[in-house]
Amino acid sequence: MTVEAAPVAPQTNVTKYAVLGFLLALLGVMGFTLSYGQVALSFEQLMAALFSPESDPVAAQIVRGMRLPRVVTGLLAGAALGVSGVLMQALFRNPMADAWSLGLLAGGQLGVALIVTAAAFAGPAAIAFLTAFQGIGLTTGALVGVAVFAVAIASLSRRVGNITLLVVGLMLGFTMKGLVSIIIHFANRVGGRVYSGWNDGTFASTTFADLGFMIVPIGLGVIVAIASAKGLSALLLGETYARSLGTDVRRLRWLTLGAVVLLVAPVTAYCGPVTFIGLIVPHFARAIARTSQILPLIPLAALSGALLAISADAVVHLPWEQHFLHLNAILALVGAPVVIALLLFSPSLRGSA
Amino acid sequence: MLELTGLTAGYPGARGIVVEAVTLSLLSGSFVCVIGRNGAGKSTLMRTICGLQAALSGAAILADRPVAEMSAQDRARAISVVTTDRVSSPGLLARDVVELGRQPYTGWRGGLSAQDRAMVVDAMRQAGAEQFAPKAFDSLSDGERQRVMIARALAQSSTIMVLDEITAFLDLPGRIEIMALLRRYAESSGKIVLLSSHDLELSLELARDLWIIDDGVLISGAPDQLIADGSIAKAFDSADVVFDGEKRRFLLRESEPRQASSHIQPSSAPRVIPNL
Repeated sequence: MTVEAAPVAPQTNVTKYAVLGFLLALLGVMGFTLSYGQVALSFEQLMAALFSPESDPVAAQIVRGMRLPRVVTGLLAGAALGVSGVLMQALFRNPMADAWSLGLLAGGQLGVALIVTAAAFAGPAAIAFLTAFQGIGLTTGALVGVAVFAVAIASLSRRVGNITLLVVGLMLGFTMKGLVSIIIHFANRVGGRVYSGWNDGTFASTTFADLGFMIVPIGLGVIVAIASAKGLSALLLGETYARSLGTDVRRLRWLTLGAVVLLVAPVTAYCGPVTFIGLIVPHFARAIARTSQILPLIPLAALSGALLAISADAVVHLPWEQHFLHLNAILALVGAPVVIALLLFSPSLRGSA
Repeated sequence: MLELTGLTAGYPGARGIVVEAVTLSLLSGSFVCVIGRNGAGKSTLMRTICGLQAALSGAAILADRPVAEMSAQDRARAISVVTTDRVSSPGLLARDVVELGRQPYTGWRGGLSAQDRAMVVDAMRQAGAEQFAPKAFDSLSDGERQRVMIARALAQSSTIMVLDEITAFLDLPGRIEIMALLRRYAESSGKIVLLSSHDLELSLELARDLWIIDDGVLISGAPDQLIADGSIAKAFDSADVVFDGEKRRFLLRESEPRQASSHIQPSSAPRVIPNL
């Protein structure tokens, strides 16, 4: 029996080392992006800003007021998108599925856009309303939008093929981009300002007060994701086999969609449409874990999603001339070639096309 | 022991009843081949026995418990299934597939014990699939995948194993090997193996029991008995093909060239179909 267990053990170690590596890399990128930017800080200045803010109020404001919320947002959003990608690729049995590619982010945008529009046209009451917005309103709008689109896409997926579903999802994304841009044009200044920088993905528009509205749903989403992992592994074999292995497929679908909504909605609400992370990160996680069983993929996808997110954000916020770069531009430079490679070289994808 | 009590399989809508009022029982260790023409209802009956679709009436009862009333987990421990559904998923290894067969016994995380792992290894060995273990499932040939799926069903160690048309993708030696493997498994483990097949000649050769589904009716019996009473001929003979009970194979009726006459004349001397 020890001999038979042997081939499995080294793989578990690889996963452990990978987790350790990710944690170190995350610390490194965090240290870099907290200390470097338009204003460069030394290590001592960074430590002082973090742990004794009164000694250097300017550095403390830069680090604690601007950079730290951005980095934490990136960590949360990247992890949430990575985990949701694992869930969606298993649920839809489609290696190109994620919240962005199947239009769930577009649903969240629509939800938020409708609330902003309502506020913008409500006249003087709008300002008071929009103040309340920053928390519950924004997240609720995104939750409802993502949930409606998730259910719609899930029912559509039973009727059309993987590639059709992808094109529909991406078109929904373009539709929302157009719609939001029109709303910004017509809504009054207050309404427009909520959107500033939001039609594009960004981690820079959150404050510490917002983070709670991200952490709670994302935390719940991860718990539901872990609870549905066993059933999703069985679903990799298709619905009939999953049922014959004792999975209640109907319940699993709802559970997984619920987890996806909880993970994705806060990201949409506070970061806008962040592309590619959820799509490519599950492939990295599978390559590292050398399996596609779901449970071991969840921590790996969360960590590599977080790493990809804050690394891209670090590039965005390097001290460029003029202005910052766009987050989605950096993510596309990394993500699009990966997607093309997957489409060309993955046997299961060529088969489904 | 599996009992079917007036089991009627079919669909509520226009398709209606597919196989009507089947009453029979199977002892442990049975190896049964289910045969019938395309669309006769083999898959529908087998899905109904497995509890994957609801029976229109009657019940399948396993060790005194109706399958339809079992919890999902109990049913998974009682019945394993292999179908022709094409499974494809990036990163899925053959070993992953077989390990999933242990899911009915694992905890909420799906983690495997040392005993589960040993059973996975043993199942792969029995099915002749151990060399595929570290390979991507997507990279295997159809026949290799079928072996891995059978290993998964073996690892599930259920009381009944139901296999639907699984030999369709295999070449002749592959079919014989798989069927012999399953028969050996049924006899040595005391499990019931239910296998539907298009391969009538092989089924006659290897099965202890045959179920013929013809015209909504299930006829069961030993191959010799079903040949002797003409049940096989009745179910399978057509205008062009006739079953020869002596040779245990199908023969082609010789016919006049169609353009020469408007009706087909059966010849007195049937010609043997060349073997595949």
